[in-house]
Amino acid sequence: MEIPYTVTPRKDTGLYNAKVGIWLFLASEVMLFGALFSSYVLLRVGASFWPEGLLNIPIGTFNTWVLITSSVTVVMCWANLKLGNFNKARVYLGLTILCALGFVGIKTVEYNDKFTHYTIRFTNDVTAAAFLKEAYGNDDEATRSGVFANTYGVPDSKVVAKNKELPPPRFLEITGHLEGNPHFVTLKKLKAKNAETITFIPDALNQGKKEKGAAPDAAHDHKKVTVKMSELVYLSAYTPQRNTYFAIYFTLTGLHAAHVIGGALVMTYLFFTGRRWWQKAPEQYTNRIEVAGLFWHFVDLVWIFLFPVLYLL
Amino acid sequence: MGDHSSPEQLKKDIRVYLAIFVALLVGTVLTVWLYYIHIPNVKVTIAIALLVASVKSFLVAGYFMHLLSEKKVIYATLAATAFFFVALMGLTLWAMNDFPKLTSVFGNQ
Repeated sequence: MEIPYTVTPRKDTGLYNAKVGIWLFLASEVMLFGALFSSYVLLRVGASFWPEGLLNIPIGTFNTWVLITSSVTVVMCWANLKLGNFNKARVYLGLTILCALGFVGIKTVEYNDKFTHYTIRFTNDVTAAAFLKEAYGNDDEATRSGVFANTYGVPDSKVVAKNKELPPPRFLEITGHLEGNPHFVTLKKLKAKNAETITFIPDALNQGKKEKGAAPDAAHDHKKVTVKMSELVYLSAYTPQRNTYFAIYFTLTGLHAAHVIGGALVMTYLFFTGRRWWQKAPEQYTNRIEVAGLFWHFVDLVWIFLFPVLYLL
Repeated sequence: MGDHSSPEQLKKDIRVYLAIFVALLVGTVLTVWLYYIHIPNVKVTIAIALLVASVKSFLVAGYFMHLLSEKKVIYATLAATAFFFVALMGLTLWAMNDFPKLTSVFGNQ
């Protein structure tokens, strides 16, 4: 049976069917992302502290450009098919797929950076002070305010319940890397392995600070410091369970990345079967590209909002 | 935009697409630049960032997705979507007032 209205418009809608279909789908997608944006707003205004400067803005900006470029190449692909230039259109489609892969690749690097970046908290301020002296040479106010996430602040209730002497004047959190850059290490996993110490490489002072004149301290030599497990109450990579910010960040960007991968799969299929389609039914193929393109522009559109909301605001 | 049928029109459209491409790249730079100059007023920052994003999305939806010259059935679908989206965001803004005034355990941070 032949599928009706793949090329000729239906009388009542004035459109070929797939176009109505993709718009209905996109309408549901607007609500899906809308619900998550709504969650983001409520989580953010309900938070007593919202971290800033944890994402790499130059990389995010570059990735935004990559996605915008892919949106242009896909519309150029469609326009060239309309003009009858199949070979040129194929090049544009290939470029779009490359951009999609580039975007996912860069996002993977960003995710990987987060999964190997850790925060630690000490049992009390005395051990924290000793750590600061060993890592940064002294424990003055400038060092304390230069430690990346020192004002993360509010202790979680479980930690307070377990450690009656807490809280110290301020929860000092220190960020950095574990030796060997392992992923997803937790205190629980370390304890299961009967680890007695960890080797921690703290971040340079003032890293990621937004204020002017607080450039990262390049002089700091990323000294390795051995920390006893008994001195730690908390250790976590920048994973979704790290805090609310990362939870919503990974939910939104993960869902978006899934859309990018889905779109790339469809376009790869259209790329490899393109010549056959073009010879058999050029108009139908052009419409398929248009529909895939509409989805792709939507993915770009979502990112246009995600980028400033997660990276900049 | 028209009905995209004539080659002349399509060639004109392609020039428009390329102009929009440049506008989108510049818009991205503008947003990032606004972040680096750091406007002290948070509300103004959010308003500008969302305004730039809205202009960019208008360009993508209007031209790349041909929404400026689409059929009625699509507009009707999107009008319903817009209604529910606005309602969802309206409820979100309304719920924002329900948060108790937050005070930090450690004072002003």
